[in-house]
Amino acid sequence: MPPEKGLKMRKVVIPIGPQHPALKEPESFNVTLSGERIMAFSARLGYNHRGIEKACEERTYVQDVYLVERICGICSHTHSTSFTQAVEELAALDVPKRALYIRVIIGELERIHSHLLWLGIAGHEVGFDTLLMYSWRDREVVMDILAELTGNRVNYGINVIGGVKRDLEGHHIKDISKAVDTLEERTKYYIDIATKETTLIQRLSGVGKLPHEDALSLGATGPTARASNVARDIRQDDPYAVYSELGFRIVTDNHNDVYGRTLVRLGELMETYRLIRAAVNNLPEGPIAVKAPRKIPEGEVFSRYEAPRGENVHYIKSNGTDKPERVKVRAPTLANVQTVARMLEDEQLADLPIVIAAIDPCFSCTDRMITVKDPDDSNPRGIIKWDDIRSYSIGLYRSRGVDFSLLNKKLAEKLKC
Amino acid sequence: MTREEEIMQGLIKKFPAMEGKIRVRRARRLTAETDQAGFEEIFAYAQKMLGFTSLCTITGLDEGQTLGLIYHITRTDGIVLNLKFSVPKDKPVIKSMIKYFPISDIYEREIADLLGVQVEGLPEGNRYPLPEDWPRDEYPLRKDWKPKSVFTSTARSNAAGEGVKDA
Repeated sequence: MPPEKGLKMRKVVIPIGPQHPALKEPESFNVTLSGERIMAFSARLGYNHRGIEKACEERTYVQDVYLVERICGICSHTHSTSFTQAVEELAALDVPKRALYIRVIIGELERIHSHLLWLGIAGHEVGFDTLLMYSWRDREVVMDILAELTGNRVNYGINVIGGVKRDLEGHHIKDISKAVDTLEERTKYYIDIATKETTLIQRLSGVGKLPHEDALSLGATGPTARASNVARDIRQDDPYAVYSELGFRIVTDNHNDVYGRTLVRLGELMETYRLIRAAVNNLPEGPIAVKAPRKIPEGEVFSRYEAPRGENVHYIKSNGTDKPERVKVRAPTLANVQTVARMLEDEQLADLPIVIAAIDPCFSCTDRMITVKDPDDSNPRGIIKWDDIRSYSIGLYRSRGVDFSLLNKKLAEKLKC
Repeated sequence: MTREEEIMQGLIKKFPAMEGKIRVRRARRLTAETDQAGFEEIFAYAQKMLGFTSLCTITGLDEGQTLGLIYHITRTDGIVLNLKFSVPKDKPVIKSMIKYFPISDIYEREIADLLGVQVEGLPEGNRYPLPEDWPRDEYPLRKDWKPKSVFTSTARSNAAGEGVKDA
């Protein structure tokens, strides 16, 4: 029964987290409600603080490359690139062009997997789980390519100070091109859904509003800012690696809501495919790394990188030894998390999950290549390969009456139309 | 004259004391040092008049006798100004810059927790990033701080010595 006119709802404060079934990572939110309306929102962060900045000071630069790569389980390459390019600037290294191109290719492939991951989570948060299933299945295409190029699905370990560790062969380039073609088709399909499917449009429109002025004053970054028509992207504003040679178009939107954030990420995927094709087609010949000194000359550098979630910055101060004096990291979520309180003002409690998810907070869902010991020990190394696990999984589901190949065929036919 | 040099000259013209303390490191990177008393005026001028409309982060440094604070502010054309001042370690008190950039709130809480800087003017709120029961006077990013000292003392106070041995 609705409350009588003039009767005020009592305010209720609901704590969510730090341990809560709906959260993927420990964070604590306090939500003040009047009925279903959110009156105030505050966040307590830091439950995942691991002291990496301090640990960096006690390790060598070479060790730190691997340590900073583990700050994030999704955009790990952003941290290792940000760190290595800072150290290279301190040591005045002339990094070969081919290495910079390879970094860009890996970085953009990482953006694809991150944005597709986000699309799935967003779908799930609004009860559109088919979108989750589809986008995460497609994400496997880019995960396989990353595993093929670097040996790992995340934490690629491709960067070394002075260049990259692995070169791209002819067959890699063919596989990348094939994967990008497939993913581009899929993304066009998602753009079609996002612009025509009225249920999705109505569910996301007007939710989690962040007006342009607030995005600027609160210091929002990445797709969160660009969906409020803030045309900022480090790849264009402060180009690193070889972005200035590849040409770049910033994707913005003026919906200022979760719907806008969806369109920006999908638009960015299309731009990313173009960037990867340009990088692969213009990949220069030559070495992939130069030798770096163990001791880094005294100095300080401020390095910026456009991560999938926004601007990632590393500040490094060196003291002439083989260990840094100070490493400071600011990941994009810290800049974006303050905008959530503004987005949730006067919103419904039911919108809270999608509004938080829409800034794409960096939950560490680290996914790694699995090595499982074969109990029968039928192969000499005693290890089941990734392909075998996959075919085992497909067979298992088929035996239970679930066959994804039929769905795949239907989707392929639809994409052809 | 490049954009970076224009900014440098603009700052020196307005604040003659900055002469020799501001440098263009490379394209899109400027570093400047000031004293604590003059910091806020330069900071506000850079934001209002020179187009540094975004605060990337604040870095805290342990410099021995002093604590260094670097405010990394950026313009939309990619230029970064790293503006630094130092405070004595025995009296590390700074003013909050939230009236210029609301986002500085979280960065100031971070340097307060990790380096023991006292920030005047910060509103009531949660600490970040250390836990509520973190011992007083333990600042992990100070150079003389070692992990062992705090692990043993918190373990002792939490478990009242039962079954806890020194590492």
